[in-house]
Amino acid sequence: MDAIEVDGLKRRYGKGFEAVRGVSFSVREGEIFALLGTNGAGKTSTVELLEGLAKPSGGRVKVLGFDPYAERTAVRPRTGVMLQEGGFPSELTVTETIRMWAGCTSDARPIGEVLAQVGLSDRRAHVRVKQLSGGERRRLDLAMALVGHPEVLFLDEPTTGMDPEGRRDTWELVRELRRSGTTVLLTTHYLEEAEELADRLAIMRAGRIVTAGTPEQVVAERPSSIRFTLPDGLTPQHLPPMLSPATVREGRVEIRTPQLQEALTDLLLWARQNGVALPGLHARTATLEEVFLEIAQLPDEGEGGQDGGGQDGAPAQSGTAPGEREVQRA
Amino acid sequence: MSATDATTVKAPGRVDISAMGRRLRALGRAELTLLLRNKAMLFVALATPVLLTVLMRQTTSGMNLEGTGLTMGTVLIPGSIGYVLVFAVYANLTGIYVTRREELVLKRLRTGESSDGEILLGSALPSLFLALGQCVLLLAGGAAVLDLAPPKRPELVVAGVLLGLVLMVLLAGVSAAFTRTTEASQITTFPFMAISFVGSGVVIPLDVMPDAMANVCSLLPVSPTMELVRNGWVGTLSGFDTVKALVVLVVWIVLGTLAVKRWFPWEPRR
Repeated sequence: MDAIEVDGLKRRYGKGFEAVRGVSFSVREGEIFALLGTNGAGKTSTVELLEGLAKPSGGRVKVLGFDPYAERTAVRPRTGVMLQEGGFPSELTVTETIRMWAGCTSDARPIGEVLAQVGLSDRRAHVRVKQLSGGERRRLDLAMALVGHPEVLFLDEPTTGMDPEGRRDTWELVRELRRSGTTVLLTTHYLEEAEELADRLAIMRAGRIVTAGTPEQVVAERPSSIRFTLPDGLTPQHLPPMLSPATVREGRVEIRTPQLQEALTDLLLWARQNGVALPGLHARTATLEEVFLEIAQLPDEGEGGQDGGGQDGAPAQSGTAPGEREVQRA
Repeated sequence: MSATDATTVKAPGRVDISAMGRRLRALGRAELTLLLRNKAMLFVALATPVLLTVLMRQTTSGMNLEGTGLTMGTVLIPGSIGYVLVFAVYANLTGIYVTRREELVLKRLRTGESSDGEILLGSALPSLFLALGQCVLLLAGGAAVLDLAPPKRPELVVAGVLLGLVLMVLLAGVSAAFTRTTEASQITTFPFMAISFVGSGVVIPLDVMPDAMANVCSLLPVSPTMELVRNGWVGTLSGFDTVKALVVLVVWIVLGTLAVKRWFPWEPRR
């Protein structure tokens, strides 16, 4: 059974802006599924519908077989949610905050155990939330999502604000949860995070899913590339014809091909036969980052465009220059 | 389906009273901790009703109460209940709801098992208990200090206080709907406070007003509580007026409930 089923999902905000424009996907039980996209692509707007915080303006969501909005009481005891930000009274301590949450949760785990699991030490247990660092707040948030033994876990940008060590710890924790059978849906704009964790992923843009699949499938849709420096005395015309779609810039040749192995074999055989050295030879499959950037740079399609509005980034961020896109490598 | 066998699937749609009690207790406890840490808020809630009651003594002693069956004590002491309702519950709670909403606490709570009603009620519990304690102290203490006879219709006094408290929670929810920041709540709660003090018989009993005006004012949200407490205390409330006061209160409670369900914003507007 699929833990999460989403079919033709739409979300329109009060002022008429449609942040989610017909999204469909499913997440299998025990799988980690990542939603990627630039700020404003509609990730958070989508996840909030899956969490049952709002009613879709169109389409259908099922979480563990129930409608998370209309059948709230059936779904909530079995899900854990980490919101994108905040949600703590700033004057409560870590322990008081999680105690409040545990009191609102059936069959809650012991507080100390959950805090230890997310790496919040006893020393921090009596610190007020307002004094925590951004990373510690994310850990507390994660602890709250884990209090109720969730079967399905929603993580909205779980590692934003964490230092590299915290990020590694969190990834390890998420993998552990998968091993114990938890289904995880996460959003992120760290591509490395998606590569590390996701069994399958979808890339969103302007409220729609542009591409989805396993990381390998998503990347396989894009051509691989071979690069080398053109040896002295050769021009691109000397290259074997089957490598034809080659571009040359400042002496560097780049060949883009969907068949990396064949093209590379052709190139190397040709080089040996002709006694040509290929300085700076470099061959690789496409990266998730390339796919992501290409999708992010697609031209806008009229109304609203890439500015997702809603919860997922301030409207003022529309018209982001390509160089400023939120592509971050951890 | 291993993870979803019968032991982990909770029966949907059934209200589990003990679980609801546990959630309300958890929410109330957290909110009480926060209230005790906010000394300014605590001071306003606790001290204002007493201070205003003492200050109003002068005004009240100048009133012509002839033919109303009231005395200075029975004007003043029920008035203090009005201050408690409006300051300690309505204004205080509006600020609390706005703060929790802006901190995204309400949004977070809604991702959990608590229902919307539990979230609002749980956050209100400390204010409600505090207010109830104040009412008891003010009524008992005031009656002792001003040497009042015991209430003739205590059940009306109790009904007026309890229903009034419920209404204040709902009206705080309505006010929070059009209040963007915690600071703004001090302004947005002002009109209702002013209207209640002047028009609902908190400061000036409706019995002292011209009939036409008193009739209109008796329909205001806090008026029925004041009438039930004051006239129930001295025993001058007719059967018709009793029913009218209760009906007005219940109508306001129903309207408040509908308004909160319809308009209460669970997260900040962006």
